[in-house]
Amino acid sequence: MTKVEAIIQVSKLDGVKDALHEVGVEGMTVFEARGHGRQKGHTEFYRGREYTVDLIPKVKLEIVVADDMVEKVVQAITSAARTGKIGDGKIFLSRIDEAIRIRNDERGEGVL
Amino acid sequence: MKIFVVVCLALVMALSMSITASAQTSSGNDAARLAKLEQAVADAKSSGDNAWMLMSSALVLMMTGPGLALFYGGLVRKKNVLSTMMQSFAMMAIVTVLWALVSYSLAFAPGNRFIGGFSNVFLRGVGAQPDADYAGTIPLQTFMVYQLMFAIITPALITGAFAERMKFSAMAAFMVLWSLLVYSPMAHMVWGKGGLLNAPLGGRFPCLDFAGGTVVHVTSGVSALVCAIYLGPRIGYPKQNMPPHSVVLSFIGACLLWVGWFGFNAGSALSAGALATSAFVATHFGAAAATLGWSAAEWWHRGKPSALGAISGAVAGLVAITPAAGFVSPISAMVIGVVAGVFCFLMVTKIKSMFHYDDSLDAFGVHGAGGTLGALLTGIFASSVVNPIFKNAQGATLASGLIEGNAHQMLNQLLGVVIAWALAVAGTIIILKLVDITIGLRVSEHHEVQGLDVSQHGEEGYYWEPAA
Repeated sequence: MTKVEAIIQVSKLDGVKDALHEVGVEGMTVFEARGHGRQKGHTEFYRGREYTVDLIPKVKLEIVVADDMVEKVVQAITSAARTGKIGDGKIFLSRIDEAIRIRNDERGEGVL
Repeated sequence: MKIFVVVCLALVMALSMSITASAQTSSGNDAARLAKLEQAVADAKSSGDNAWMLMSSALVLMMTGPGLALFYGGLVRKKNVLSTMMQSFAMMAIVTVLWALVSYSLAFAPGNRFIGGFSNVFLRGVGAQPDADYAGTIPLQTFMVYQLMFAIITPALITGAFAERMKFSAMAAFMVLWSLLVYSPMAHMVWGKGGLLNAPLGGRFPCLDFAGGTVVHVTSGVSALVCAIYLGPRIGYPKQNMPPHSVVLSFIGACLLWVGWFGFNAGSALSAGALATSAFVATHFGAAAATLGWSAAEWWHRGKPSALGAISGAVAGLVAITPAAGFVSPISAMVIGVVAGVFCFLMVTKIKSMFHYDDSLDAFGVHGAGGTLGALLTGIFASSVVNPIFKNAQGATLASGLIEGNAHQMLNQLLGVVIAWALAVAGTIIILKLVDITIGLRVSEHHEVQGLDVSQHGEEGYYWEPAA
């Protein structure tokens, strides 16, 4: 099993969600997040005082999928979330040892 | 007003016809009937004036709560929103009680040139009977409650300077002393009977201040500067970001201030006639021009006109037009407004950062600077056509301001400003020292970081319970 963590633009969430449903992802967890990568923030002025807003609102998705799904999922996210400009976000993949359904103690990929 | 005149005329005609009809039978009653008629006319005028003055009193109270409370409340961080609003609201209660006990008397009872006496303590003698020196057509009680609303908002303006760091108890004690030692004397000098600077009642140095440029805005703004310097900056200032938590609240507050200001300035005519209209118009045109002035300066300087800039400009214009409304034409009002908008923008964005004081919500940059500017510009633009305030012994109207040829008036305006500055600086330093050694001015570092809402009042402005 693989955990796919994707940090994307807030405005792209709906498109990414639809794309994931299309490739057969059934569950996901979404976080409202703030952060920055190479994208620098923007400046705001309040009565002449300049504030740099470098932590920008983002959305972070977490999905755990069977290994044979990973490439399809990554493709779905990149194609739906890409604008081609800096600030589009990142995807991180990591191994998952086990998944357990709380309702009935079921284990393994069937849980996903 | 038109309807009012028509009713009066109808009354006069009806009465005079009945007088003619009964002339043969009761010529002895004519004098009595005439007296009755004069009384009826006076009563009608008094009702009209009193209605406007009660309305104005309510409008000026609305400037403090919710106007100023929202304006300031939006500018602080969200952990301090309630404590900031509470400081304005507390003035509505504290100053009111104090006014009844003694501070009205110290401002408006006959006294010496600098402060009123004690003849009106506990509002003794303040009833339905008008006082011709102050306002001959409205009950003295109306005049008293109208002036109270000014005494409330003035200290509330200062709270912007020490926002987010002063103990509530220290703030309350400071404001009681400030009302007695700074506000009442200044109000007496400019507006009280026998006051040194009183223009309409023939003071020694007549300073033109229609609605409180010196009494309200210079005193509060300058005291605010002293407070900001004495208390020192907020923890983290200026390195840490402290943007307003809701410009939306400030926006609503500023709009309420603009509307309330009609009561503040037009009400200062103390009657509902043409002078009130003139002050109303000057106020509105001044505010509009100042909004454009600040916004244009900001647009030029920063590349964008901000909402916070536009509302700050409006308030700056309203401050600057306060002493001048009722003395100047609408065009002069716009000149004053646009100058004030640009000037206050520079004060707030440039001068403040040069001197490193933390006047958190710019009480000095807007009220102190705008009030001083407005008081001086009043001396330039005051027009005897708008308001024939100065008369010679024969009753002929004399020139008012510099443009009309009365250069001397600039000196009187300057003296009013200097006295207001001196009184505010000296009074505020003394009061701050007193409160500092007895109660202590600032909250502890822990409480400041925690926020004053929780540490001073035990509550939060925004409390969202997670869904159960």
